Amino acid sequence: MASIRLAVPDTATAGEIVEIKALIRHPMESGHRRGSRGEVIERDIITRFECHYADEQVFAADFHPGIAANPLLTFYVRAAQPGELRFEWTDQNGQNWSETATLNVT
Amino acid sequence: MRLGALLASAALIGACSQPAEEHNAIELDPESIVSGSRFLTAETQALQADDFANPGFLWVDRGEALFSEPTENGSACVACHEKGLPGVAATYPAFDTETNSVLNLEGRINQCRVKNQNAPELAYESDPLLSLTAYVAYQSRGALVSVDSSGPSRETYETGRQYFQTRRGQFNLSCQQCHTENWGKRLRGDTLSQGHGNGFPAYRLEWQSMGSLHRRLRDCDTGVRAEPLPYGDPLYIAVELYLAARSNELPLESPAIRR
Repeated sequence: MASIRLAVPDTATAGEIVEIKALIRHPMESGHRRGSRGEVIERDIITRFECHYADEQVFAADFHPGIAANPLLTFYVRAAQPGELRFEWTDQNGQNWSETATLNVT
Repeated sequence: MRLGALLASAALIGACSQPAEEHNAIELDPESIVSGSRFLTAETQALQADDFANPGFLWVDRGEALFSEPTENGSACVACHEKGLPGVAATYPAFDTETNSVLNLEGRINQCRVKNQNAPELAYESDPLLSLTAYVAYQSRGALVSVDSSGPSRETYETGRQYFQTRRGQFNLSCQQCHTENWGKRLRGDTLSQGHGNGFPAYRLEWQSMGSLHRRLRDCDTGVRAEPLPYGDPLYIAVELYLAARSNELPLESPAIRR
């Protein structure tokens, strides 16, 4: 079960630059660590994050080993029109998690 | 000759089997008690203070959901505890007259599950138990620790105090040598804290995850190369009680961030 936390302002004025935060629960296991018996702990990481605003991609990031567990991203978007923000994370095996939030622009 | 050798070996055995020596008992000066968060960097303190970025809230959120979710054959926590459990965590560990023992928050949650929710106990350090504990502790955030170590809890408190003040492990160190006598000084790349449990369950950067106080105690025991006790061990609960009583009047910080 992935837990996702989003911080998106409820409303914004047209043209305003708003701060968006997105946090997902994920172990981000680097694949470089060893367990207590010396066995390699297999890599398990998110490799891609994308944010779409009214169907247009406004932010994306590639993740690599070395990103901490439960990655938090903070970025800024210009509030142009009312629309839906869609956040999507994809892991190395193609599994993905997504969440949406609505931005009301006045 | 033979008798002499026998006596010598008897003396040797005697020396080996002697119980670990109790260190000179020293208590913290109540005036100097400070939370572990005081020893964090400004960045980590900021992370703890930010209710969005603080990753401990991932567990608090999950705990909140579990709190209002009925168990398979029983009711949800919220069915009895409609208003949640504000302030309750500040009084734990506490003496339970039913089991005639001291229970910590984890133990109390499991007792409630078995007794009132017709559900099996949750495994110590399992995700659901950590989440529920984190959620209950979060409802007491800011409340001052007020644990009763008198009356029926006294014996357990004394057991915990003794554990804390007894040298153990290959390094032959007691908890108090670091956390009472030398707090504030540097140990390797770190500053020694006073060893309070007021932030637990806490998100430890080293673990990259939420963890209970017992997990932290196991790390400390391993650190002095002593055999760590199992999760939920009565001795650890005794230490938890001693630590909580030692930190009375400190505000609870869970979900805290610790190194």
